[in-house]
Amino acid sequence: MVVAVASGKGGTGKTTVATNLAKLCAEAGRTVQYLDCDVEEPNGHIFLKPEVAEREDVTVEVPEVDEAACVGCGQCGEICQYGAIVAIGEKVLTFEPLCHSCAGCWLICPVGAIQAKALKIGVLERGAAGELGFVGGRLEIGHVRTPAMIGRVKECIEPGALAIVDVPPGTSCPVVAALRGADLVLLVTEPTPFGLNDLKLAVALVRELGLPFGVVINRDGIGNDETEGYCRAEGIDIVAKLPDDRRIAEAYSTGAMIVDAVRECRDRFGAIRDYVEAAWRVT
Amino acid sequence: MREIVVISGKGGTGKTSLVAAFAGLAENAVLADCDVDAADLHLILDPQVRETHDFSGGKLARVRSEDCIGCGRCAEVCRFDAVSLGGVGNDVIAKTYVVDPMACEGCGVCVHFCPARAIAFEEAINGQWFISETRFGPMVHAKLGIAEENSGKLVSLIRKEAKRIAQEQGRALLIVDGSPGIGCPVIASISGADLVVAVTEPTLSGEHDLGRVADLAAHFGIPAAVCINKWDINPEIADRIEATAAERGLQTAGRIAYDAAVTKAQVAGQSIVEYGDGLLRDQVVSLWDVVREGLEKTAVAKEK
Amino acid sequence: MGDEGMKIAVTAVGEGMDAQVDPRFGRAAYFALVETETMAYEAVENGNVAAAGGAGINAAKAVIDAGAQAVLTGNCGPNAERTLRAGKVKLYTGVEGTVAAAVEQFKAGALTEATGPSVDSHAGMGG
Repeated sequence: MVVAVASGKGGTGKTTVATNLAKLCAEAGRTVQYLDCDVEEPNGHIFLKPEVAEREDVTVEVPEVDEAACVGCGQCGEICQYGAIVAIGEKVLTFEPLCHSCAGCWLICPVGAIQAKALKIGVLERGAAGELGFVGGRLEIGHVRTPAMIGRVKECIEPGALAIVDVPPGTSCPVVAALRGADLVLLVTEPTPFGLNDLKLAVALVRELGLPFGVVINRDGIGNDETEGYCRAEGIDIVAKLPDDRRIAEAYSTGAMIVDAVRECRDRFGAIRDYVEAAWRVT
Repeated sequence: MREIVVISGKGGTGKTSLVAAFAGLAENAVLADCDVDAADLHLILDPQVRETHDFSGGKLARVRSEDCIGCGRCAEVCRFDAVSLGGVGNDVIAKTYVVDPMACEGCGVCVHFCPARAIAFEEAINGQWFISETRFGPMVHAKLGIAEENSGKLVSLIRKEAKRIAQEQGRALLIVDGSPGIGCPVIASISGADLVVAVTEPTLSGEHDLGRVADLAAHFGIPAAVCINKWDINPEIADRIEATAAERGLQTAGRIAYDAAVTKAQVAGQSIVEYGDGLLRDQVVSLWDVVREGLEKTAVAKEK
Repeated sequence: MGDEGMKIAVTAVGEGMDAQVDPRFGRAAYFALVETETMAYEAVENGNVAAAGGAGINAAKAVIDAGAQAVLTGNCGPNAERTLRAGKVKLYTGVEGTVAAAVEQFKAGALTEATGPSVDSHAGMGG
């Protein structure tokens, strides 16, 4: 089963929920994997402190032109929507960071002068934190192929395991890449105007994707009750409410796991685990 | 005209709350909300929209079902799993191929290779952008449609319009609310700016993510300053962040202590500097003074 | 400079020979195409201004396709510079003032050809 932990707004507690949920489920005896799909700013490793067993380069395909074979027809440059390959007279220039790997240029070349070659965009790490499996992706600075990196991380999902996917903030295409194929989505929010505004965007997205979801309200009490009102009016499950507790903030700041550092919170995370287990029984 | 861009790397550090505060303190500024994915600045600034424009970030392929012959070449060549056999039938075949607009990346390859020329390739409307008035000055902002590619093109457009307005109205300062992360939207937010203010929090996550945006700013040669929000949650990490920033040649422009008033102001629809007097306001005013000094220095250095 | 005229492209913030040279290339507002011998002038609006990526490349290609043999601009990023070089277009950066003044400086041989890009990638982005 794949559970994605997402949020419209950044900083609401996705990684806190994803890592602590993963730990509780692993403690209960499940085979659990945590996958960090926030490949631009991955944080899961800070809390889970995994032992990394494998590190591999993640690559995407970009064009490589055989100048000797090129006849200067320019069709490669014409089909490219991204400015990644350009024909200037008989010279063909490639601009690899702009390439979307659509394969248009190497498919269209009438003389087979273009091949695909690998371009490194980041690194994939695989390991474990005790019994908990860990997969993390890290995009290199200056590269922008976030969805491709996320796709690679998700290829490591093991069927039969409980896979908890930590999704980047927002609602644009990296989030879609991370959410696709999830069996259940947990939307983490905070009960403030910014939080509610962004939650509505996230709800619209998961509904568009047709994914079942519930909401976790973090830092309960800091704002107003409009978020709760919205969830109730929309018939959205409020899975759990996590308290606004300075001890949690302080523990988080040091990279501690909340279920260990502030044990009173175990019940709340336990409620999230119960919700996930109940959903699993249904699928 | 000078331009400041406030970014965060990690989300939730207080970037937008600070931009609203800077807007309240600045004289003669234009505001731009470039966090087009999850825009929140309007919740404080209450913009009155004067102009609305459609935004097209690229194209989308669309199979004309009446022309489809069902050969499947489109699905074969699509690298993004965007084409499937699931469209309505026509005179020739029971089911036609159809493009999923959420998955389509607008590469145009299926359009080219369709033997029946049955695929339209059209400008997509991916969102809208707005020019508005606020109590602190003109504001340019946008709403990107859900699941859309955030290539940075809309961000660039917002900044361009904001600069145009600044020029036309003789406004000296552009304050930009940037996006989290290190990808295209952030790159589009910061390139060519006079100063980036990176807002962070004293946590291992905040420290880690600050490093990456500092790398990004350095990669593109943009001067950056740091603000440590909620610093008293972990003074040791706050000090370490300040020391690391200094080693990298980044000034720490200010620290703000954790204060529930930040959220209370947000709930009241006010910027921090409107909500009340006290330590929080003083710290923000002091931060703004240091940021403005830093801005003058970097802008002068750039002109040399 | 040779005796025969040539077509050159000057980045401009607006139309007309009195417009200021645009400090950017890929996202310049206009390209002023000028025949140095006849001073015939054509303004071409730059469609790449809001482009996310590839603006410099597309602008360079447009200038090459228009038959320009030299580009006069404030700055030019690495992608555009590489494309212009492939098209054997001479690049002059650090150019300021009006389009008319820039053309005169070029004709008088007062401009120095650039040896590489003058700014980092994306520097002109965001307007």
